[in-house]
Formats: sequence, structure tokens, C-alpha cells
Amino acid sequence: MNAISQAENRALARAVLELDVNNHAGVMSHVVGLFSRRAYNVEGILVMPVGDGRCSRIWLQVNEDGRLEQMIRQIEKLEDVLAVRRHGAEHEVFERLEAFFR
Amino acid sequence: MAQQTTETLSGAQITVRLLERQGVRTVAGIPGGAILPIYDALSRSPGIHHVLARHEQGAGFIAQGMARATGVPAVCLASSGPGATNLLTAIADAKLDSIPLVAITGQVPRAMIGTDAFQEVDTYGLSIPITKHNFLINSAEELLEVIPRAFRIAASGRPGPVLVDIPKDVQNQCIEIAAWPEPGVAEPAAAPDPALVARAAAMINAAERPILYLGGGVVHSGAAPQAVALAEKAGLPTVMTLMALGTLPADHTLSLGMLGMHGARYANLALDECDLLIAVGARFDDRATGKVAAFCPQAKIIHIDIDPSELDKIKTAHVGIAGDVATVLKMLTPEVESHLRKRWLSHVNGLKATHPLRMPGVEDARTHYGLIRAVADCLDDEATIATDVGQHQMWVAQAYPLRRPRQWLTSGGLGTMGFGLPAAIGAALAEPERTVVCFTGDGSILMNVQELATAAEEGANVKIVLMNNATLGLVYQQQTLFYGERIFASRFKGQPDFIKVAEGFGIAAVDLDRAGDPRGTLAEALSMRGPVLIHASIDCEQQVLPMVAPGAANKDMIGG
Repeated sequence: MNAISQAENRALARAVLELDVNNHAGVMSHVVGLFSRRAYNVEGILVMPVGDGRCSRIWLQVNEDGRLEQMIRQIEKLEDVLAVRRHGAEHEVFERLEAFFR
Repeated sequence: MAQQTTETLSGAQITVRLLERQGVRTVAGIPGGAILPIYDALSRSPGIHHVLARHEQGAGFIAQGMARATGVPAVCLASSGPGATNLLTAIADAKLDSIPLVAITGQVPRAMIGTDAFQEVDTYGLSIPITKHNFLINSAEELLEVIPRAFRIAASGRPGPVLVDIPKDVQNQCIEIAAWPEPGVAEPAAAPDPALVARAAAMINAAERPILYLGGGVVHSGAAPQAVALAEKAGLPTVMTLMALGTLPADHTLSLGMLGMHGARYANLALDECDLLIAVGARFDDRATGKVAAFCPQAKIIHIDIDPSELDKIKTAHVGIAGDVATVLKMLTPEVESHLRKRWLSHVNGLKATHPLRMPGVEDARTHYGLIRAVADCLDDEATIATDVGQHQMWVAQAYPLRRPRQWLTSGGLGTMGFGLPAAIGAALAEPERTVVCFTGDGSILMNVQELATAAEEGANVKIVLMNNATLGLVYQQQTLFYGERIFASRFKGQPDFIKVAEGFGIAAVDLDRAGDPRGTLAEALSMRGPVLIHASIDCEQQVLPMVAPGAANKDMIGG
């Protein structure tokens, strides 16, 4: 960890974004590129195919930031993004994974 | 099984056939190893004229010129590696100005992707942030879906560039085609919310000091007549962004011209006082707004844009309407009350009288403003005006009486020097009946000077007006104003003989410096058919004024 300790990091307000996307090479680059070009760190990423594998679901854990609303609108514009849902930090998808990161 | 006529075609032939079906008549590009199959197929196309640019960036801007002049997606082609990287600037430029472009690049064969093969570069990865969407094709079948889709994406909603990267083996892959897809066309935008339109109308009706703020979206949407109708019915003084010039005729009584960094004082001062700003297809660009917190500080904001992500991006709108601006304006204007707005308009006219746009030397064709006006005096509204980027661009934006949407082709968002000449060639090829003028500077022209060869080869009806002050003028101006007059790397110590350069490329050239009657010489040069270079020296100490310092509020202007 860098300057921010794990405890401090957890204290930051978090948001969880749930994206339904087409499952092909490049989709992840399109999504994370929107964050990296704004120097907006993505804290956690999870992706798995859903159903018959034509679509995937991407879970993003990000810090709450004044830019988040704009980020969501930018993500919604991507051709391969079918839907974006915003959840609060309390969403359990990343919490359940914590065991793997100890 | 029902009998079907099938043909066996290669990916390259399919690509070319799909372009033909799309109605593409002219493409610009440069061949190279990885796109040779497509060029081979193109050589046998009866319907498509290929313009051989001399640098891929030139090809990209020629396509942009076609797209900007017509509004129809235009196509550029390049090979893999350096061909593709050379295209990137033109693609990024199209992204920032929302220009519909389809760029087709060759790629090394699939089996060699990722091996650092000769002329291999990650075109897909490089183009992600500068395209509206991009594709790396995996099979010839995919082309049937992707090519029409590329045109659909480029033209739908907020237009933009789409890149299709096609590996060479996919170009050579033969498949049977039983049926062709429909050409890709723009999808209609979602209908605007009538309740929001009603609220916007009520705000306009209640406003005392409203201003209409038109952006490039008005051009893209073909909404200029609707914008003029709204302005006239509601009595709205109207400012335009650089991209929107021409949507309201420059000499219209309601026109305040361009706003922002190099707008007239009266335009920025009126904005400072307005109580309602109606932004239409505009994105609150920093060159337009100046310091955002001080932009229209007293105003409520109505923001109409086809791109929902533009709403609330820079300024939070009191009413934000997502939708095609022509559609929204058609709904809005009938709900707006007719208003003479005598008090506000007479106040604005007072601002115009007390803080006019000063154009020293405008009567003298040997000055910067005078030359621009002299060119305008020789032409009518049918002429298309392209510019490069720099002082000349801003002077033309201020002084040229633009009166028609799509009359004005300029690189606004990216501000790319080198845009002008190839864009003008593209416009001239797309609309050969028009005279296309390219105002350029001695800095800009050299950035794509090789396209003089293309202009000569195509006989493009382009009149290049080269305003030569032997400096990178805007840099020189900023160093003069903001860097203690420490002039560095902005003055050219050596310059080519531009007349000889043009003649060397096979282009007629006239030097207004040597003309006894510059207006007569100019008129003669502009009336010649085909490409002509018109050279005129101007004074490097002349600045673009007024000017809002970068980061300052628009009401705090320097000079002018």
C-alpha cells in the first residue's frame, strides 16, 4: 500500500458500479480508459461472463468523487456497455472477495 | 433449399462493396503493405474515386473536409503501423469537433498480431480514446455487420469518428455472400421530454435578459433555421461558438458574433449581464466560457444537447434537455411567446456601440483584417471558408461575414495546425461547384504542405490565402503579453519562398506583396479555376484582440 493505509482507504466513501457489457476483447480497455485518462483510480475490478457468454458483467469499486456522475454518463455512451447501475459502498460483491486478498 | 445467387468475395472486396453500397463516392488515403488487398479491390471499383494524399494525416483531414462540408460520414484509408499512427491526429480532431468519419486501417495478419511484426502497432488500443468507437475485425463475415455499423455509429446522435482495423488475412479471406446488409444510417435520437421543453419555454418567457448560445451541434443537427426562428420570435441576442459561426448570419441584427477568448467585448459583456442562457448544441468549452465560475454569473441555464453527458458537465443546467437540437427547437419555439424585448435589445445595442469589435486597417487589403474582408468582398455566401489554426483563424472568425451553416470549416476543439489545406481539398472535392478558400499561416501551411501535391493532382478548387508574419503568431502574442516579451522559438529565422514552393508543386501562385493593386490581383486569383496560392505578408506585431487571458473571466478582456 502507498501513502493511504488500508484503514484510511476503507474510510473513504466508496461506490460500486455494475456494468452489463458485450463480452469481447477491448471492452475492458474502453471502460477503464475513461477512468485512467482522468487520473481517477479504479480500486477494484471484477469481470465474469454471464449467461451464454455473449455478455459480461463488470463490477467496479471506485472512490466517491464529484466526477462520478459524469463518469457514469461517459460509460453509458460506450457502444459495448448495455447498462450501468450504481450501488453504495455497502454492496457485498467486493466484501465477499476480501478473503482472497488477505 | 431455395436457390440463392451467391458470390464468393474476399474481405477486401466486401469492404469496398459495402462502401459503394453506403454511397461513398470519394475516399482519401495512402496504400501500404497491410492494406494492399483493399487497394486492389478499390482499383476495380467503378464508383469510388480514391484521392491519394501525401501523408495519412492529410488523408484524414481531406475526409474531414468532405464530412464537414456535407455532414455525411467520409472515409479515409491507411496502412498499418506508421500509416495508422499518422492518421491519429486527424481522428482525434474529428472526435473533439464531433465530425462523422470512418477510418479504415490495414493491420498485419492475425497470426502475426502481437509479435511486433513489421509495421505492427496496436491501432485498436491507440484509437480507443480518440474514437467514438473502434473495431478490430476478426473475420470477413464480421465486415458485413461492422462496416454498416461503423457508418451508423459515426452519424448517429453526436457524430464522431469510428475506426475499423482490418488484418491483411481477413482482407484476403474469401466467403460466400448471399445477401447484403442495409447501409448504415443515423438512428433517430430519443424524443425529448415535452415537460422539460415546456419548462424551458416558461423560463424564456419569464426572462428579462436572455441570450441564445449556439454551438457546433446546431450545424450537425441541421438546426440553423430553427435556431434563427427561435432567436427572432423570442427576441434573443445570440452568441455563437467558433464551431457555430454561420448558423446565424454574421450581419443578423440579433447576432453578437463569437463569444469567449477572442469574441467581441460586447458579446462577453452582454453574457455577463444575462439572466438566462439558452445553450443549444454547445458544450461550455473553456475557450468559450473563460473562467467558468464567472461565466454568466447571474444566469439561469437551459442546456439542450443530443449528448446527455454534456448536460451538467461544466455548468449545472436549471433545465437540461437531451435530444436532437433541431427537434427540441421545433417543439420549443411554438411554446415561446413573441417578444420584441425592446429594453434588453436596446441595451445590447448600446453595448455594441460602446464596446465594438475594433478591426484596425479593415479598409486596407494589406493588413490582416483588410485582407480577410477583401477576400470576402470577392465572394458570395456559396464560398466555403476553411482555416488553419492560429492568429489568422481567429481574425477570420472575427472578420469574415459567415452567413451559412457548413460554410465554415475550422479545427476548434483540438486546434490542429495543418488542418486547413487538406480539409479545404476535401471540401472542394465534395462540393466541386464551390470556391473553397483556405486561410492559413506560415506556421500552419508547413504542417501539411505536402498536400499541395494532392491539390494539384486533383485540380481542387482551393484558394490558399497565406497570411505570412514569419512567426508562430499566437505563441508570439502570448509570449509578448504573458511571458515578459521573452520571444523564444516563435520567430522563424529562415523561411521558404512560398511562391516557389507552390509553383514547385505545380500550383499557381500570386504574391500580393508585389501587386500594385492587391484587391484586383486578389479578385483575379480567386476567380481562377483550380488551386491557387495567394501570399500576403502581414505585420507580426498585430495581435488577436480582444483577448481573455487563459483562466481569466470573460469580462476581463485585454485590448480591442
